[in-house]
Amino acid sequence: MSFPWAKQYEPTNPVAKFFDEKLPLPRLVYNAVGAGYPVPRNLSYMWNFGVLAGFCLVLQIVTGVVLAMHYAANDAVAFNSVEHIMRDVNWGWAMRYAHANGASAFFVVIYLHIFRGFFYSSYKAPREMIWLIGVVIFLLMMATAFMGYVLPWGQMSFWGAKVITGLFGAIPLVGESLQVWLLGGYAPDNAALNRFFSLHFLLPFVIAGCVILHIWALHIPGSSNPTGVEVKSESDTVPFHPYYTAKDGFGLGVFLLIYCAFVFFMPNALGHPDNYIPANPLSTPAHIVPEWYFWPFYAILRAFTFDFILPAKLWGVLAMFAAILVWFFLPWLDKSPVRSGSYRPLFRIFFWVLVVDMLILFWLGGAAAEEPYVMFSQLATAYYFLHFLVILPIISSIEKPKPLPFSITEAVLGSDEKSVLKNKSEPTA
Amino acid sequence: MIRLVGILVGIGFTFVVLLAFVTGAYTAATEGLGEETAEKAFHLEAHGPAGGFAHDGLTPEWDLAQLQRGYQVYKEVCSACHSLEFVAFRNLEDLGYSEDEVKAEAAAWVVPDINPDTGENSTRPGTPTDYFPSPYANDVAAAAANNNAIPPDLSLITKARHHGPEYVYSLLTGYQEPSAELAARFPDSVPGPGLYHNPYFANLNLAMAPPLTTDGQVTYADGTEATVSQMSQDVAAFLTWAAEPSLVDRVKLGWIVMGFLLFVTVLAWLAKKSVWSTLKTRKD
Repeated sequence: MSFPWAKQYEPTNPVAKFFDEKLPLPRLVYNAVGAGYPVPRNLSYMWNFGVLAGFCLVLQIVTGVVLAMHYAANDAVAFNSVEHIMRDVNWGWAMRYAHANGASAFFVVIYLHIFRGFFYSSYKAPREMIWLIGVVIFLLMMATAFMGYVLPWGQMSFWGAKVITGLFGAIPLVGESLQVWLLGGYAPDNAALNRFFSLHFLLPFVIAGCVILHIWALHIPGSSNPTGVEVKSESDTVPFHPYYTAKDGFGLGVFLLIYCAFVFFMPNALGHPDNYIPANPLSTPAHIVPEWYFWPFYAILRAFTFDFILPAKLWGVLAMFAAILVWFFLPWLDKSPVRSGSYRPLFRIFFWVLVVDMLILFWLGGAAAEEPYVMFSQLATAYYFLHFLVILPIISSIEKPKPLPFSITEAVLGSDEKSVLKNKSEPTA
Repeated sequence: MIRLVGILVGIGFTFVVLLAFVTGAYTAATEGLGEETAEKAFHLEAHGPAGGFAHDGLTPEWDLAQLQRGYQVYKEVCSACHSLEFVAFRNLEDLGYSEDEVKAEAAAWVVPDINPDTGENSTRPGTPTDYFPSPYANDVAAAAANNNAIPPDLSLITKARHHGPEYVYSLLTGYQEPSAELAARFPDSVPGPGLYHNPYFANLNLAMAPPLTTDGQVTYADGTEATVSQMSQDVAAFLTWAAEPSLVDRVKLGWIVMGFLLFVTVLAWLAKKSVWSTLKTRKD
């Protein structure tokens, strides 16, 4: 679907015509990210992160496929094969640092993309399906990143794998059998490393498939925008190309500058030194921490230290998964008819509290599991669940939103000649 | 309905985690925030030599003379116990040695081999394609010779520790007698037999005897005075190179990449400005 005023693809040259008749791929691209896709004219730079996430996925797949040509998924030689890539493979160090930091960059971009969605309620009707697929992509990314971190078979690889797969052991009755089945053994070893490599290669392509669904679902209602007011007429939109290709191009440049600063100047800043020590099942590192992008959820996992009916460990596992699964229900938990946080005075306060809460959880997930950090993480975890499950539903029914503009055009230009019959006091989302 | 269930689930998780908080807070209030440990009280952060390393910062260079001196320290001191398994003799050309010098240097080392006539284990002089041989036949032999502590391989040591080059320098220069205060407060942390006190080591006591003890322990060919501090920083620089021979090239390439990206980003910004300038904007 598209808006009636969307430009149509009209090939003039005979080759393009030939393709359009037999396999209209150029038409597909034209309508998806070309001049055939009308986009709200008022998107801020917060709308750059979708394209950047797509870029990161391609970057990870390209660098990853090259790395896989030189990597050996065998616990006897995996660590050495990574050093072989770093030292002997032409440009191997660049590929590996690009891939390792690419994972971090991907998560930075995705977190910003998700929090953009939180603030502007991008999950609300008619965009629920885009949101749901997005959460699935995030879960797939977490699985992929976790398994990727195991592949170098350093100390953190091994012990991270042991701790995370150990979580399945908390499930009553079937937990331990499930854990053994997942690992192919009682502890991470060659069987686990091999299947993690296989899945780490497979999942990015599953993600790519989900991204296609995500974009397909996006093109049904069209992009959201900072006012949250739906597109009404042609003056509300501009064609994706050249307006947003140009804007995304600039955003991509800024992104690459920051990303390359990490790759070339501090490639190990986001990693853990222990992962340059080969995996040793007989020597436990002093602090086992996952990669930084898991820290908020790791903090939630460790916050549950009290056996209330269920064992504390099981509570932690349930809460960690619930912390992400709750995002699936956002479209129905937040019933405010207004989308944009800019017009929701009460919601906006709690949104920023959530941002701070999340940053605190980031900090605590990387901190040692000792007091007072555990107490802080318990308070931060409590707020996290209260925010999504209690505060959001309640404020969406008691809040009095600010008046919305009649249209995107009015929001941008100050007036819209089509708004003759407008009634500004009522939300017109 | 879904919101009602949501609120109940939310209150449930909050209740359980706050129960955990209350028990934790009660423990903290009655027993304090965990015990003070010797590691927390006496561990020192690693620091580099005065003036830092040539490879530091955003304009790194290898100080080839220093790397050669550091290699000499590794060869004459460290290599007695520590392997350097990811470095090959051919890599020494990076340190400014010629191909012939590398050949001669490799030949001075004895590497394990298999006798082609009998199939039995044997040794032969090294060649440039060989990797540095391990001082021990295997981990069991290494542990047996070192009071059960296996000397770690040094090829990645500066990447496998926080602030690696500074850590190596601090550790080598940081051996000292444990202070009277440590002995009084944490009698268990006073080094036992076969252990040596060093505040830069994670748990304060390590099995490695001070390897660099006297000035002039190594006689440098370039005439540099071989103080303990000098030998320590030289070998720290050498190990930094060993851990990441591409370090200097990486940062130098980084500046070219950043310059290119900056140029392209400015162009992209001008393009964006030009494309959007045709749109009407707010009149007021």
